[in-house]
Amino acid sequence: MLSRVADSLYWMSRYLERAENTVRQLDVTMNLMLDTGGASAETRWQQLIAALGSPKGFEWDGNLDSMAGQLIFDSLGHASVTYCVNAARENARQVREEISTEQWQRLNRLYHQMHSAQVQAQFRSSISDTLTSVVDGIHLFKGVTDTTMLHGQGWHFIRLGRYLERAYAIATLLEVYQPGLSGRHEREDTGYQYLEQVGLLRCCTAFEAYCQVYTADLTADRILEFLLLNRDFPHAIRYCVDGVRQAVESIQRTGGRRPPDELTAGIGRLHAMLGYTTIGEILAGDAAAFLHSIRGQCLRIHELMYRYYIHYSIQSALAI
Amino acid sequence: MSAGHPAEVETLYGDYPLDGAFDEMREANGDVRPHYQALAETLARLPQDELQRCKQSAELSFLTQGITFTVYGREEGTERIFPYDLLPRLITAPEWDRIERGLTQRITALNLFLRDVYFDAKILSDRIVPRELVYSCKHYRRQMRGLQVPRNVYISVVGSDLLRLNNGEFVVLEDNLRVPSGVSYMLTNRRVMKRTFPQLFHSYGVRPIEHYPQLLLATLRSLAPEGRPEPNIVLLTPGVFNSAYFEHTYLARQMGVDLVEGRDLVTHDNIVYMRTTDGLKRVDVIYRRVDDDFSDPLIFRSDSALGCTGLFNAYRAGNVTVTNAFGTGLADDKALYAFVPSIIKYYLDEDPILPNVKTYLMTEDKERQHVLANLDKLVVKAVGESGGYGMLIGPQSTAQQREEFARQIEANPRNYIAQPTLDFSRAPCLIGNRLEPRHVDLRPYILFGDKVNIVPGGLTRVALEKGSLVVNSSQGGGSKDTWVLESH
Repeated sequence: MLSRVADSLYWMSRYLERAENTVRQLDVTMNLMLDTGGASAETRWQQLIAALGSPKGFEWDGNLDSMAGQLIFDSLGHASVTYCVNAARENARQVREEISTEQWQRLNRLYHQMHSAQVQAQFRSSISDTLTSVVDGIHLFKGVTDTTMLHGQGWHFIRLGRYLERAYAIATLLEVYQPGLSGRHEREDTGYQYLEQVGLLRCCTAFEAYCQVYTADLTADRILEFLLLNRDFPHAIRYCVDGVRQAVESIQRTGGRRPPDELTAGIGRLHAMLGYTTIGEILAGDAAAFLHSIRGQCLRIHELMYRYYIHYSIQSALAI
Repeated sequence: MSAGHPAEVETLYGDYPLDGAFDEMREANGDVRPHYQALAETLARLPQDELQRCKQSAELSFLTQGITFTVYGREEGTERIFPYDLLPRLITAPEWDRIERGLTQRITALNLFLRDVYFDAKILSDRIVPRELVYSCKHYRRQMRGLQVPRNVYISVVGSDLLRLNNGEFVVLEDNLRVPSGVSYMLTNRRVMKRTFPQLFHSYGVRPIEHYPQLLLATLRSLAPEGRPEPNIVLLTPGVFNSAYFEHTYLARQMGVDLVEGRDLVTHDNIVYMRTTDGLKRVDVIYRRVDDDFSDPLIFRSDSALGCTGLFNAYRAGNVTVTNAFGTGLADDKALYAFVPSIIKYYLDEDPILPNVKTYLMTEDKERQHVLANLDKLVVKAVGESGGYGMLIGPQSTAQQREEFARQIEANPRNYIAQPTLDFSRAPCLIGNRLEPRHVDLRPYILFGDKVNIVPGGLTRVALEKGSLVVNSSQGGGSKDTWVLESH
């Protein structure tokens, strides 16, 4: 498959994953702001922006609705949902012949939805409905992607993008919220702590799945264990890294080249780190550093993947 | 009911003048031509709302298939469907036979002309074609001098524009020898028509065209460099902003070849590679939909980012086939067009089967004087322009426009030619609920690899504006399916 095509599919997928993550976190944050007993709106907003990777231009100005509007609709700001959807569509348009008609129509519909007058009106009346309908659109796209597209190399690049983006986003989220999560045991009985913890789980659509595994007994270490180390939940980092590993293995299997040891080793190291560490060990050591190291390794995998499949130098390619 | 007058048909006619122009469906006395009888009767039998329903379902079919073209000068990404007329244009077997032989002859001769001009230039020494006309042509590429092209085929994908004049005879208006487009509309029109009028299509015995992508692939394969039995064939597109991008993706998909952009290609040691996730993969044949000028910044325009650096050297070394070859625009120069009959005579010693349109060369003093005196009756065209731009249509022009053109002709005579205002044929179109005649041309698609191959039919373009003579899609033209009949 052409490197440019693989690149476009990869980014199309990453941008949509990013849009979904932003929408969900915004939804949860605004929901938490309704309860006045916890942190101030300003603190929450700052945490949200930090958990989104600290994009510029989102300093708290006191007007929540306009800031939320900016985070969704500002098509010039690289962090906004609209920007991500535009970028995903633009990538898809450049590889129109590689994706199915259903995929294209789905994505196109989402794009037109983001730019329609109705969505603006809906946003003014109910922000939450707007956010839900955007996530629905993204979910539908993922559905037709899995059911209508040839599961060849292109599809594996889509999965690679999805899981790498998700693993990175969850690690960023946990890095922001983890210190507060375990440092407030004395206030556990107020009920606010419960809301905070549910909020964090809901950022990863994980509340119900968590309850199935641990019951509704929420503790900081279990939440961390679930979001970091669960092997069966799609929004747990370990699951995502497993997805990355499978995607890269499939790409290698469908191609004809042996992958560079660096890339295999990089993914294997992260995979093993999550597979052979207990939550006790993580919390006994430096949890923040652990999360930070996951982010670093994700970036490194992206870089190696790029260097090997997309932007390789001609010299290196001719030498093989 | 007489054979020439299916009575119900009369009720279908809207504003249907039968003046001097050749009407594809009706004879001068109003009778329906024999091969149009079945179509006319079918139309007459259909309830009117049924016709409208067919039209809507056809349009919807285009839209959902994404058969659109990009309109320039509007908000980015504005996509429109190519306007489409529901009624097929019919061509009889003897008519098609003549067109096929005529185009084969013409393309063969033009190919020999290109070979000669870029090697020994005998035709210039023999003073059949003026030397200065060739060397002043902006599509002449000196880099092609003495360059051996595979099988000596310069023009392997051609779409010539034909018109039918008042006497019923087809003439060649233009040979598009660079990157002709529109073939995807021919193919999708046919698919929609088969769905819309299945019975009628079946009863007519229409010759198939659907194998065009396969023929194109075979043509490209036949031109692969020596020693590459399993050639890697790609289609080179300028990218997503090109107005024909839909066609590029369509053809690539239909042929099962990769659609590449210049940035996907690299050259090393005069070999062209494409960047794949599997490493570099050698490219053997490039079906090029990028103009000469933008193909290789080392040789042509250095500011172009659409092409591939080093492509031309690889081509010169014979390691990659690029088709059409570079510099073929020379042979469809509007001034050299006037010499095509002599070119056919010179190389093939035959008379042209399809005539030319009378063309006045502004470089000839006598002809220029005649044209300047009769600007209000003639059509003046700039030789470098296409798509209906840079034209003066005399009878529809203002005195000021004529003055402006006269000044430009005097200043740069090589840049202009003039032709009589042609009264070309009209075909019935569905306008509202009625049939009305509109001007049509015909663009058959010719492939030239081992031999010349023409799929029977082509794109019939329609000037949908009443009275308009301009059929280009950029200027409000539409299209029709073209049925070449087995019998009749």
